[in-house]
Order: sequence, then structure tokens, then C-alpha cells
Amino acid sequence: MTTTAQIHEPDFLAGDEFFIPTYSVLTQDGTLFPGATAPDLGKEKALRIYHTMVKTRVLDERMMAAQRQGRLSFYMQCTGEEAAVIGSAAALDDADMIMAQYREQGALMYRGFSIDEFMNQLFGNELDYGKGRQMPVHYGSRKLHYMTISSPLATQIPQATGYAYGQKLAGNGNCTITYFGEGAASEGDFHAALNMAAVHEVPVIFFCRNNGYAISTPSVEQFAADGVAPRAFGYRMHVIRVDGNDVLAVYHATERARQLVVEHNKPVLIEAMTYRLAAHSSSDDPSGYRSRKEEDAWREKDPLRRMQAWLEHQGWWDEEEEKALQDSLRREVLETMKRAEKRPPPALDTLVTEVYAEVTPALQHQLDALKNHIRHYPEAYPRGARFLDTTLQEKDADNEQGGA
Amino acid sequence: MPTINMLQAINQALDIAMAEDERVLCFGEDVGGFGGVFRATSHLQEKYGKARCFNTPLVEQGIIGFANGLAAQGSVPVAEIQFADYIYPAFDQIVNETAKYRYRSGDLFNVGGLTIRTPYGGGISGGHYHSQSPEAYFAHTPGLKIVVPRNPYEAKGLLLASIRDPDPVLFFEPKRLYRAAVGEVPEEDYQLPLSEAEVTKEGSDITVLGWGAQMEVIDKAVEMAEKDGVSCEVIDLRTILPWDEDTVAESVLKTGRLVITHEAPRTGGFAGEISATIQERCFLYLESPIQRVTGLDTPFPLTLEKEYLPDHLKIYEAIRAAMNY
Ligand SMILES: Cc1ncc(C[n+]2csc(CCOP(=O)(O)OP(=O)(O)O)c2C)c(N)n1
Repeated sequence: MTTTAQIHEPDFLAGDEFFIPTYSVLTQDGTLFPGATAPDLGKEKALRIYHTMVKTRVLDERMMAAQRQGRLSFYMQCTGEEAAVIGSAAALDDADMIMAQYREQGALMYRGFSIDEFMNQLFGNELDYGKGRQMPVHYGSRKLHYMTISSPLATQIPQATGYAYGQKLAGNGNCTITYFGEGAASEGDFHAALNMAAVHEVPVIFFCRNNGYAISTPSVEQFAADGVAPRAFGYRMHVIRVDGNDVLAVYHATERARQLVVEHNKPVLIEAMTYRLAAHSSSDDPSGYRSRKEEDAWREKDPLRRMQAWLEHQGWWDEEEEKALQDSLRREVLETMKRAEKRPPPALDTLVTEVYAEVTPALQHQLDALKNHIRHYPEAYPRGARFLDTTLQEKDADNEQGGA
Repeated sequence: MPTINMLQAINQALDIAMAEDERVLCFGEDVGGFGGVFRATSHLQEKYGKARCFNTPLVEQGIIGFANGLAAQGSVPVAEIQFADYIYPAFDQIVNETAKYRYRSGDLFNVGGLTIRTPYGGGISGGHYHSQSPEAYFAHTPGLKIVVPRNPYEAKGLLLASIRDPDPVLFFEPKRLYRAAVGEVPEEDYQLPLSEAEVTKEGSDITVLGWGAQMEVIDKAVEMAEKDGVSCEVIDLRTILPWDEDTVAESVLKTGRLVITHEAPRTGGFAGEISATIQERCFLYLESPIQRVTGLDTPFPLTLEKEYLPDHLKIYEAIRAAMNY
């Protein structure tokens, strides 16, 4: 349906004439902006959201420290973006599908992924659902409707459109949310996903975490436009921009978006304006491309402090509870880490399982040859060798029983 | 001669190429002010300005499509794909466009100036998506050249030759060696020939062939075999496409045995192509079946990476198997 209005002078519409406002509810000191109303959240849910934010922050800090100590090969923090990720996840039904990029551990945490489950993946041990095949932070949970993370950027976005179309056909009343960074939104997959969603009226929420940087590339070198949001117009889609550090705004916007997608099959693009406070990953050093001053200015807008202040105004939280929560989470994380670290790696056979539904004869042959080789040189392959040597396995069992 | 690592050698090559020819440009994700996530393009933006060294938006098909257009217009783009694992979004631009520009237009247009640099390979605890070796996918595409250096000296000379070559080149850099491989590299401009394999060690009993990061591993295996009294000839293929059949065939005619290694999975890997060609050319001279030491026919793992990768012990065993056949 194109517009029928005609003009008879070459009057161009300029891209920079579009401007999208930002929806925000909560000030940094925890009071509401004049004219703003808080979403109807309730104490229980508000506290669940806040607990998850704190837990995510604690996990991130401890795991980053563990990476620095050489206990972990790699890590990625969500620091600064907890309100955007957790606020949006909280507005969904627990059975809605989440297809994330990699920095959304908070959403998974909100769904109930345990610290144990996080650790098993991070250490790639025998209990990792992904069997130690992917780098740390590539979580997944079928039970919690959280698609296993894949590193190639933006590939999850058109998949989310497809997944949600299936949900629409199934008529189960659920939708899919897909998260991505403003960098990943440059990929062709992003554009394909939005177009198909709009054309086929798919119940999918596209959630862009615009955190200012894609590794070292600032958003001004990523796009010339006013962010990612205006692209929705091109596909004739609903769009909203929210203050991504304002958990109430994010929650409310996502709740409304969910109504639009589930009740009216209108896909929605949400752009959450936030900031990646930490390094891109444990392999990155942001001092090479941005200033301390810039980071500090954003630290002033810390989404955790903002929500904490609001909760205190509600009379739902105080300093003492805060301290007790922090302490108990720190202890839990450290204890769980020690346990996960000690667990043995996935079995040698997992090298060839799940490539196909059944191990093929060629793969079986390759595995047998590898086992022979390892028997010859057990010291060179300590991880593999333990599965060929029963005494080592018994030692593992002893360690287990000895308790961590 | 100064001793530098492979990243510094690559940086020197880019610097020389940009200083010499204004048409040379470097771009890709994080390539600009920051100098790339591995720092291969450090200081180039400072020296040559934002118009010639810059960050692109995060879109590989865009980077290579843009590079194709630039090269067709007469520029000499050196495009970086941050990891070889992320070259696939640009697959269409590379195999259908880069490779076929000259052929399909009867040379009305070509993108010969284009060089695509990308880090490849495992051994860095990168898991599934930071460890792949995709050379064989591209080796099936006539019109491309595929080059893999094994050390800093080779990296500089081969990269300069690639940038100046009249055909588009895919330049796979063994990232495990970026900082680990150090060696003497002349400061001045020099080139090493494309499509010429190098016999890095002469021997008479068996030929051991590889490229990139495998060369270091081969050397270790060969050292073990020589202690057993086996005389090994070692060849670095250096260019995967078009590859130097003659040097390999000549060697195998002399030694009668061949071991080929690569990190990529066995099935459809480039070792298969080499072994087919060599048995055609050397059949009556072969003393034992050609051995392939490769990754498994699975995606690349993380925790069990050591078990997965072809290493010196696996190559040593293959040499023994060939000798004792
Ligand atoms: C297709 C692809 N290209 C490149 C990369 C390497 N890479 C990993 S993260 C990243 C930056 C992503 O930035 P953004 O999408 O803005 O998300 P953020 O890290 O800021 O959360 C890049 C370039 C990749 N994983 N996949």
C-alpha cells in the first residue's frame, strides 16, 4: 500500500528529518518524570527483576576476575545493560522464546538458569549442555526457552522471525524476542528478518541494545542515521525507542510490544539506548578507543542504582537487604565456581556425537583411530586419555565424593 | 635484520603498500583508529588518514561487495574479515563476484586489485566459531588465489605480492602464530612469489606437506622421524590456489611417499585434491598410500581441541605408517 499523494516538484525527503523520541519513566534518583506513570509491576516481580540485575552484576564481576586469574578462558559482561535485558525479559511470558546475541545472560538468569548451569557452560565441563564445544557465554536452555547462542552475529534475527511464524501457526499465544547490538543490526540478516516479519505479520519483538560500541567501533561509525529505530519505517513496522537504563520504561514498552505482536501479529522494533560500561570482552581493552570520562559519565546513569532508588522510595528495599543480597550472591558464585572448575571435561566420544542424529561409520572410524592414538601417547592428551584409563575415572569419582 | 612477530610483519607490508601507492586502502570491522582487534592495521589511519584506512559497519557482505566495487573502479582495497569464521556472509560476493568478474566480462572489468585478509585456524581455545579453516570452500572457486603464510618473513613478502598481484587474493593468516611466530624480517620492500611451493627441508624417504600454522607442527614431527633415521623432505605449499603441482610431484617422484596435513576436516579438505593429483602423476613411484592428517569430520570443538587438531604426534605416526607400509 503505497501512498497515492503526488507531487510535481522534485521535493526530497531527507533522512535527517526523522527523529524518534525516547520513552523514559524513571529519573536517576528513583522518582518518576512528571507525567510519567510506572507500569503495574507489583512488589514481587519488581524484586525478582532487581535480584536478577544484582545477581547478573555479581556473576559478571566474579567471572571477569576469574578470567583475569586465568581460571576461565574468556568472558563477556552485561554491565550497564542489565535494565534493558532483564526489564524486557520480565515483560514476557516465561514460555516466549528468547533468541539472544551473547550479552543477555540477565534474561536467562531471570528465567531461572542456575549459577551451577552458568558455571558448567563457562568451564565447558561434562555437565555443560553444549558439551564444551563453544566458548564461554554461549548458553542455551530448551527448558527455559532460550536458544543456544551462536557466535556469528545477527544469524539469530531472521531465525527469530521464522520461529515466531511457527508459533503463530501453532496458535499457542507465544511470541519470540530476539536481542542484538546496534553493530549486528548492520548485517544483512537484520534487514531480511524485519522485512519478512512485516510482510508475514509475525509475532516477533526485535530488541536492539544500542550500547554505543561494537567492539571499538562507535555507533557514529556504524550508521549515519538517528540510531536503528528509524529503519522500522522502511518496513512499515511499529517501533519505540526507550531509555535502556530505565527498567520501568523498558518493562512497560516491552509489555505493550508483546500485546501488539501476540494480539495483533504486528512485529515491533524496540531500540534501547544504553551503554556498554565494561570492555567488549575479556580480550578487549576499551582504553584504546574511548575515554575514562565518557565511561564515568555513563556510570552516573547506572541502571542498578536507579532501580534500587525506586525500590527504596516504594518502601520495598533497604541498605541492609542490599548488603545481605550482595554477600550471599558472592558466596554462592564463588562456591559454585569451585565446584564447576573441578568437574571433568565432556567425554571423548562427544567429539563425534551430535554431528548427525547418529554417529556415522566414518566418524566412528575416526574416533576409534583417535582413541588408538591417544592410548599411544596418553600424556599428550590428558583430557581425552582419562576416558580411556579407568584409574583416572575412579580418581574423578573419589574427588566428587570427597566433596568440593 | 630486526626480529618481529607476524602481526608486525603484516603491518609493515600494509604500511609499505599504502606509502607506495595511493590507491591502496585498508578497511573492515575495527580496522580504523583502533588498528583491528589483533592490531594488524595499527597506526595506518594516523599515517594515511580516515579516507584510506577506516572502520566499516558490521556487515561482511557489505565489506566485500564494497571492496569489489572499489577494485572494479581501479583502487587496491585490502579488506579485513575479522575472523575467517565470519567470512561466510560474504561468500556470495567472493565466489560469485570477486572470482568471476574478469571471466564473465571478458576482462572489460576485473577486481584484480582486491586482497581479503582474514585470520584462520585453531589452537587458541576459540571453540567452534573462532577456529575454522575454510580454505577448501574457496579452493573450489576458479578465479581466486588463496595464500597462507607460515611465519613473519613469509607473511610480509607474500602479502606484498598478493596486494600487487593482478588477481584477487584471499590471504589466510594463521592467528595462532600472530604473536607466537617471531623471526627476522627485512625492513625494506620485498615480495615472495605466489603459486610457488617452497621446499623448506630436503630429504629422500618421504615428503611431508602442509601450509600456515601446520608447518611448525610438521617440523616437530620431522625432527622425531629423523631421530628414527627417516630422511624427510618438507614442503610449504604457501599458495593453495592455483597450487604448485610440479614442486610437490617432483618431490614425491624422488621420495615415493607423501603425508599431507591440514586443520580443516578431512572430507572435502584440500589434502584430498592434492592426493588425487599426486597419485595421477606419481602412481608408479608411490611406495605407500598417501597419508592425510587432518581435523575430524566434525565442527571444531573447544574443550577437546587438543584431541581434535592434527599435531606433531599424529603427523609422526603418519610418517611411520607410510614408512612401514
Ligand atoms: C558475522 C560476525 N562478524 C564479526 C564478528 C566478530 N564480533 C563479535 S562481537 C562484535 C561486535 C558486536 O557489536 P554489537 O552488535 O553492537 O553488540 P555489543 O558487543 O555491543 O553488545 C564483532 C564484530 C562476529 N561474531 N560475527
